[in-house]
Amino acid sequence: MSVRIRFDGEEIAGRDGQTIAGVLLGAGRRSWRLAGGAERGVFCGIGVCQDCVVTVNGIENVRACQRTALEGDVVEREAR
Amino acid sequence: MTRRVAILGAGPAGLAAAEAALSAGADVVVLDEGERIGGQYWRHHEQLTDRRMQHQHARFARLGRVAEAATVHREASVWRVDTAHGIRVHALVGPADGSDREALTIDADALVIATGAHDRALPVPGWTLPGVITAGAAQALAKRDGAIVGERTVVAGSGPFLLPVADSIALAGGSVAEVVEAAGVAAIARGWGRAPWQLAGVAGKAGELAQYAGGLLRRRTPFRFGQAVTRIHGQGHVEAVTVQHVDAQWRPVAGTERTVTCDSVALGHGFTPRLEAAIQAGCDLSPERFVVVDDRQATSVASVFAAGEVTGIGGADTALAEGAVAGFAAAGGSLDDRRISGAVRARKRMHAFATRLATHAIGPGWTGWLDEDTIICRCESVTRARLSEYAAASSRAMRLATRAGLGACQGRTCGRTVETLIAADVDFDRRPVLSSIRIGELARLHHAEHKEQE
Amino acid sequence: MRTVVIGAGAVGAACALALTEAGAEVIVLDRAGVAAETSSRCEGNILVSDKGPGPEADLAILANRTWRELAKRLDDEPAPGRPATEFEAKGGVVVAFGAGAGALEEFAATQRAIGIRAVPVSAAELRELEPHLSDAVDAGVHYPDDAQVQPSLATQAMLAHALRLGAEFRIAEVIGARHAHGRITGVDTSDGVVEADAVVNCAGPWAGAVAELLGGRLDIRPRRGVILVTTPMRQRVFHKVYDADYVGAVGSADAALQTSTVVESTPAGTVLIGSSRERVGFSAEDMLPPLAEIAAKATRLFPFLADTMLLRSYFGFRPYTPDHLPAIGEDGDVAGLFHAAGHEGAGIGLAPTTGELIAHAVLGSPAPLDPTPFLPTRAGLRSAA
Ligand SMILES: Cc1cc2nc3c(=O)[nH]c(=O)nc-3n(C[C@H](O)[C@H](O)[C@H](O)COP(=O)(O)OP(=O)(O)OC[C@H]3O[C@@H](n4cnc5c(N)ncnc54)[C@H](O)[C@@H]3O)c2cc1C
Ligand SMILES: Cc1cc2nc3c(=O)[nH]c(=O)nc-3n(C[C@H](O)[C@H](O)[C@H](O)COP(=O)(O)OP(=O)(O)OC[C@H]3O[C@@H](n4cnc5c(N)ncnc54)[C@H](O)[C@@H]3O)c2cc1C
Ligand code: FES
Repeated sequence: MSVRIRFDGEEIAGRDGQTIAGVLLGAGRRSWRLAGGAERGVFCGIGVCQDCVVTVNGIENVRACQRTALEGDVVEREAR
Repeated sequence: MTRRVAILGAGPAGLAAAEAALSAGADVVVLDEGERIGGQYWRHHEQLTDRRMQHQHARFARLGRVAEAATVHREASVWRVDTAHGIRVHALVGPADGSDREALTIDADALVIATGAHDRALPVPGWTLPGVITAGAAQALAKRDGAIVGERTVVAGSGPFLLPVADSIALAGGSVAEVVEAAGVAAIARGWGRAPWQLAGVAGKAGELAQYAGGLLRRRTPFRFGQAVTRIHGQGHVEAVTVQHVDAQWRPVAGTERTVTCDSVALGHGFTPRLEAAIQAGCDLSPERFVVVDDRQATSVASVFAAGEVTGIGGADTALAEGAVAGFAAAGGSLDDRRISGAVRARKRMHAFATRLATHAIGPGWTGWLDEDTIICRCESVTRARLSEYAAASSRAMRLATRAGLGACQGRTCGRTVETLIAADVDFDRRPVLSSIRIGELARLHHAEHKEQE
Repeated sequence: MRTVVIGAGAVGAACALALTEAGAEVIVLDRAGVAAETSSRCEGNILVSDKGPGPEADLAILANRTWRELAKRLDDEPAPGRPATEFEAKGGVVVAFGAGAGALEEFAATQRAIGIRAVPVSAAELRELEPHLSDAVDAGVHYPDDAQVQPSLATQAMLAHALRLGAEFRIAEVIGARHAHGRITGVDTSDGVVEADAVVNCAGPWAGAVAELLGGRLDIRPRRGVILVTTPMRQRVFHKVYDADYVGAVGSADAALQTSTVVESTPAGTVLIGSSRERVGFSAEDMLPPLAEIAAKATRLFPFLADTMLLRSYFGFRPYTPDHLPAIGEDGDVAGLFHAAGHEGAGIGLAPTTGELIAHAVLGSPAPLDPTPFLPTRAGLRSAA
């Protein structure tokens, strides 16, 4: 079973039930956000640090490590 | 009338509390923000978790079955706890950080706070590079997502938790370059009497730790004592770390530096309790900053109980025992009751184990591995130098001037570290919003309230 | 002249600076530290838009000018441990829904009559100023002179500057006073006696209690205000944007919960959403109704806010007097005791001019405007006390 999301204009497949962070890591992406000009990705993995936030289907500030990926999710980078 | 017991958190403590409260005849409501019950310890996903990472699974399966007799709200983020006029818990139910979750308000006669803990990771120069994660993240990603962050990971920090982390990384397909423990061999021998995985008396724990240690040996993973990762190198991502000896105070010893090639680092220097719900409920904290509880796990606030890592770091078995006592007492049960005597005994035994974790307590010398420009607050990219500038200001003024702890995580990651560096308490744990809520979700509460009144 | 300033909030810091610059020997005492209370729990608006004709408007218009010059002076010499004030003259936009438009324009006309720049803007111009504003808003007034500072930082900067010019700062709680011949001669503190020729009470919402400790009289009460802060985001709010109902709430004494929306973005990328007014003493309870009401009104103004994340909220207690004017000047009973308190929702904006009025009262330096309406001995304060 697999799930496909869009990230950076690319289609990425993950395993059904994985978080967005899990899908991105599985595809070899280790960072997906800019903080003070530097790349960040997952850090705490349990929803505490907010380092992993992405925009999902137009809604900002979604923790990638907490949100289960759903088929067709459009995931965008955030920067600040 | 049946007592209604609300339980915040469905980790080992919360689930044990639910089981005990049900056995004492209460009407039980459990809330947890996770998609599944189990907390940090039982982070299993039916399809994604390697079975070898499931410990005490029989116990979990039993608790899970029992919990069916309670009302369990999954994906329920509790964002506010009011105790001023009776106990009222406010939650939002729906996908994590969704924008249109359903508001849920639970009124209860008693509350058990079992919100657990998260890892504490000390800053190290280079720790904001992609590829550096907490030890808990490595564990959570391996268990829940079957994912690894790199091919070759250095696991570093302190405490027995590093063992299952290294084990999980290997089981999930990664390789562990080294496990680096800051406590020295002598300290460990003093603290534990012997190596932790040989610990007798604490049945479950010793067996589990022995299993991890066996895994390390089999895979020939080096285990270093009295050493620390003092620098992380790389351009844009992790390429290597400096591992260095530290003295008993965790001061880095000059001249002992080694470079270890790796593409990822898992850092864990113990745990920080998730106190915000307890603080909002009005519970007293100890000087060490855990929720103060009595024999019945009752807090300083009437009808509010606490159990598990929020009352002291002791691992899953401690949490289970404390949770059972808390749930039973919250339901109105007496500790003299035969049904709870087993948990009371287990709690005593486990507290002995928990005391030994002090061996791994953070030594004050670690600040010696920081550079002036090392980022301390990750959210706002605040450096150590910037913090020192405001070390003498009032804590509010310091926070507003440096923005340390004011970012998205609200000081959850850096709070304790900032306090160490400015040598003052900042009260980061007092958070008016316990978990994410969107302005629109808050607005809908107002509209709902006003419809009611019309 | 050895002068003790009690309180290191915005008002105390401004008084300390003005007194030091006018030649006094100044010792600032605060029990909690610099900017530890109200001045770090508010917004830093320096407004003319919310003031109708009267003495407070005169003070505000002057203070608005003074802030421009002061912020420049403070920010031109950065030093370690001394933050920038983050002064920004971004201007305010007050908007009205439906029938509120008429009242707003009438109010603006009275403001123009006393020299406040208040420019009516059409719906199209509003969209240009604030593209994310709700379509339901159809009238507005632009106040180009509304400005802001980061209040905590501005307070720290003022005090740091005073310290550089020779003032002294100590963390100590004032617990009593020394008197001789009807004059105050010093204060008792948690850290011993501090002798003084003059004492200035800048204790914010606690100024009434401090006045009493010192043998004086002052009626200052707390009025709770709550603010919401979102997570940092890309900028979508460009001015201070207020719902016109803000204008109505300022002078009101009603105890019940009132909210009026103020939305603005900060240099840190967060959006601040204020605020409420409640007379609940110093209570921290029952925060949910104000939080929810502020959120509801903010999304009415800026619908995009609905999907933004609340990061934190905070609250403070606006110090207010029964007649809603600050009390600035010498106490009626105790010679040598001065008050600078009760600025309610405008203490940041009014701070520098308050400092100058205090320097005038204590040292006789030139007054920036007629001090009479603000004297603590005025009838409006005495009768209600
Ligand atoms: C990432 C991580 C991995 C760990 N892995 C292991 C391991 O493999 N082996 C081991 O022995 N120990 C592990 N630990 C240690 C672990 O903390 C304890 O073993 C045990 O899980 C503690 O149980 P608890 O019930 O006190 O807390 P937890 O298990 O942490 O449970 C607390 C629960 O409360 C919920 N919660 C908290 N706040 C809210 C809120 N506001 N709204 C809704 N729900 C909330 C959380 O979602 C969580 O499910 C791990 C810890 C972490 C942080
Ligand atoms: C929600 C909210 C929003 C606001 N928005 C604005 C705005 O946009 N613009 C604006 O201009 N104003 C605003 N205000 C009002 C403004 O915050 C206050 O008017 C101002 O901060 C008052 O400053 P202060 O120095 O008088 O008081 P404080 O900042 O409270 O300082 C008083 C000090 O006295 C000290 N103290 C008290 N008792 C003693 C004692 N016995 N011994 C020693 N020290 C003592 C305290 O520790 C404290 O530090 C707002 C207020 C709130 C609550
Ligand atoms: S990695 Fe910390 S919140 Fe997702």
